Amino acid sequence: MRTLLTVLAGLALASGLQAAAAPAVLIHDATLHTLSSAGTLEHADLLIQDGKIAEIGHGIRAPAGAEVIDAAGRPVTPGLFGGLGRLGIEEIGIEPTVDDYSLKLGAMRPEFDVTPAFNPDSIVLGVGRLGGVTFVMLAPSAEAGGKGASGTIIAGQGSIARLNGAVIPTAHTLFIDVGGDASALSGGSRAAQLMLLQQAFTEVRSPKAFLQGDIRVLTPGGRQALQTYMDGGAPIVFDVDRASDIRQVIAFAQREKLRVVIKGGAEAWRVGPELAAARIPVVLNPLDDLPLSFDAVGATLENAARLNKAGVKIAFSLDDPEPHNIRKVRQAAGIAVAHGLPSDVALAALTRNPAEIFGVGATNGSLERGRPADLVLWSGDPLEVSTLADRVFIQGQAQVMRSRQTELRDRYLQKLRANAAR
Amino acid sequence: MFRQFCYLLLAAMVIGCAAQPDKSQSERPEKAPAAVRPATTPLAAQSFYPSTYKVPSTPPTLIRHATILTGTGTRLDGADVLIVDGKIQSVGPGLQAPPNSKIVEGEGLWVTPGIIDVHSHLGDYPSPAVEANSDGNEATAPSTANVWSEHSVWPQDPGFRTALAGGITTLQILPGSANLFGGRSVVLKNVPSVTYQGMKFPGAPQGLKMACGENPKRVYGAEKHEFPSTRMGNVAGYRAQWSEAREYLRDLEDYQQKLAAGGKDAKDAKPPKRDLRLDTLASALKGDILIHMHCYRADEMATVLDMSKEFGYHVAAFHHAVEAYKISNLLAEQGVCAAMWADWWGFKMEAYDGIPENIAFVDAAPGGCAIVHSDSEEGIQRLNQEAAKAIAYGARAGLNIPPERAVRWLTANPAKVLGILDRTGTLEPGKMADVVVWNRNPFSVYALANLVFIDGVVRYDRRNPGVAPESDFLIGQPAAPGADR
Repeated sequence: MRTLLTVLAGLALASGLQAAAAPAVLIHDATLHTLSSAGTLEHADLLIQDGKIAEIGHGIRAPAGAEVIDAAGRPVTPGLFGGLGRLGIEEIGIEPTVDDYSLKLGAMRPEFDVTPAFNPDSIVLGVGRLGGVTFVMLAPSAEAGGKGASGTIIAGQGSIARLNGAVIPTAHTLFIDVGGDASALSGGSRAAQLMLLQQAFTEVRSPKAFLQGDIRVLTPGGRQALQTYMDGGAPIVFDVDRASDIRQVIAFAQREKLRVVIKGGAEAWRVGPELAAARIPVVLNPLDDLPLSFDAVGATLENAARLNKAGVKIAFSLDDPEPHNIRKVRQAAGIAVAHGLPSDVALAALTRNPAEIFGVGATNGSLERGRPADLVLWSGDPLEVSTLADRVFIQGQAQVMRSRQTELRDRYLQKLRANAAR
Repeated sequence: MFRQFCYLLLAAMVIGCAAQPDKSQSERPEKAPAAVRPATTPLAAQSFYPSTYKVPSTPPTLIRHATILTGTGTRLDGADVLIVDGKIQSVGPGLQAPPNSKIVEGEGLWVTPGIIDVHSHLGDYPSPAVEANSDGNEATAPSTANVWSEHSVWPQDPGFRTALAGGITTLQILPGSANLFGGRSVVLKNVPSVTYQGMKFPGAPQGLKMACGENPKRVYGAEKHEFPSTRMGNVAGYRAQWSEAREYLRDLEDYQQKLAAGGKDAKDAKPPKRDLRLDTLASALKGDILIHMHCYRADEMATVLDMSKEFGYHVAAFHHAVEAYKISNLLAEQGVCAAMWADWWGFKMEAYDGIPENIAFVDAAPGGCAIVHSDSEEGIQRLNQEAAKAIAYGARAGLNIPPERAVRWLTANPAKVLGILDRTGTLEPGKMADVVVWNRNPFSVYALANLVFIDGVVRYDRRNPGVAPESDFLIGQPAAPGADR
């Protein structure tokens, strides 16, 4: 028991529950992109006290002992969403001992949840934090097995993780891969994908319809896990690009009354009105503009702008699920703006929208009084590539602006300077 | 959708070389009489598969009142570029346009030399990335110096056009990095053509792609239980090949000496049996083919530099070079460039120490030569933004790099390692008019190319998409983004 308590205390520490001890911080004279109904406030102040946003407005006085940051007009945004991927579950690529993102048991196992594999000590978190990313969605990958057993189109479950090392247990999400790149996971035809899913959901709805001896696709644990996602419960992410496949997913979601999110969606702009009518959001990569597969013949840099125009809620995530360069999602958002997306929508697609889509809208994605301070002070336009994060707060805690990369930088900068001076 | 990853796993790309006009001797037939034997022999293969690219004639163009980054380290504000007969005629303020000139009003716009990517697989790993189109890695033996990347290039890759929209006027297509010696590269002009010969950069030397580290030892050792399976195996593999190439070259030179001597010696002289693999390696040892080495770790780059001394050759550039910042002074002293990404790292063990200051550090070493490369059909569309990130991280480390300096990472330095700096890479009189007109400072996420000139011809016009023809693959596709136009 004593051990358990120690462990719990350690977890609390890792999740930043100690924030109460931190001194107050006043950010003075900032451009506050609140992403709330207050919009953008110029030359405004924001006070962080006890880890929360205590006040937002003009002429806020710093309490005694508070750190005062003179923003001198620099922008402040909510902490950014780093997309759907493998932060903390893949330390480096192609190294099986530190790659935990896919299950290849050959059977459909929606009960597979990647979050226990999450490593809050991964050095990749620090790199993401310095890029202004404060939360991500941990996403398993559906993968064929090579020589061994394969995965299936149900990759498993993930959840929101914060870059202070905390996993949010209430934000669980199911990941399903459909389309041509997933044919190998469904017996060779995309037509079998919704067929197999249909059977899985039928098994959950009517467990007795399957007599003993029938071939079931789910284990009892799998049926229990899938139950969470029935009747508009937790979100299900469908990784899908082709317009006709997206239409199949929309129809399936309506039939089964599922809360669906489209991921990828290279051709989603061709289905804009249907997605808007079905209130299905799209998590897309604004950089997709090539027909990398036959499912993505319609890929265009205007995908984000066209979906927004159609009234579809969008969020951004790079294609690459590797966690190392999640900071690049900000550049992708800027490119969407260069191709017609209003910049306030681009900022929402990096903050408020993903927070709402994945059920953490109460703690992430906007700057509002009473919320945990989860925000970034930028050196300039937050969507510009020449801009860097100056300060980062996650759930009330000021983050140390260092990472293993800055350690390496400083070690070799000394050598460079010594040599240059020689 | 993340094909870039696959490149890195099997990073062997295509190396092709364009024809070198000064070596345009034809191959000597085996049994030809001595009298008609060319004086120099077998390594002349570069003259085959010649470029058929022709510069269409265009009226003179004057771009005026723009901010110009010349690529030579100079910035000119409110200045002009005059293009005549496909060449840069002059650069400076207040230039006079000849009669019938096209005028480009450059107020508020920026002008740079055409962007050059030294590391691309467009055409060899094209879109769509179906198995049938996967032609970038001849991963069947650790040395395939005999293959030429140009023989895989599919000119209908839609990626050429999207790269053009990013200002890419010249690009090197390399074989992948599965092999110790991946094969020859080719340098292309980014012009539409039905054949790759119609894109071939006239007179550009070919390159030789080599690879360090994880890829060869994984592809052969870990996956096939063959040689090499270790980094020491990699080095032994290179050395064995180079020794063989040295002997081949010696035999060739003996043969040529005998021919030159005339008389009985010449009559009896027999050339060594032609070996396409050794042709490439011997040409590289002679310096006619430029060596491009995929290498991540600092220690491995240092080993390769020692090896280049053992066998007497020069490495033109280390590609990827994520640890170049650890040996920036060594690279500068040895005159070796590093071609790098701005911020990509961690996708495998040998990329674990990548830092976003890498480019700035290489640039900061006295005499350092930094290049921004892509290895990606996405990255090649915005090398200007990759440079912008490197500038920003450099500034945070106290290294202030003005735009006129940084632009060389995208233009003059890549032209240098491709052996074409005398023809392109800067805006200097007499050079090919490979020019990009940007809608603003190119080191911005919002920067877009308004106009891209290749040899003085407008090949891309943002306001007139029809100027750059869509790939054959995309026409008639109901789903294509342009189908509703």
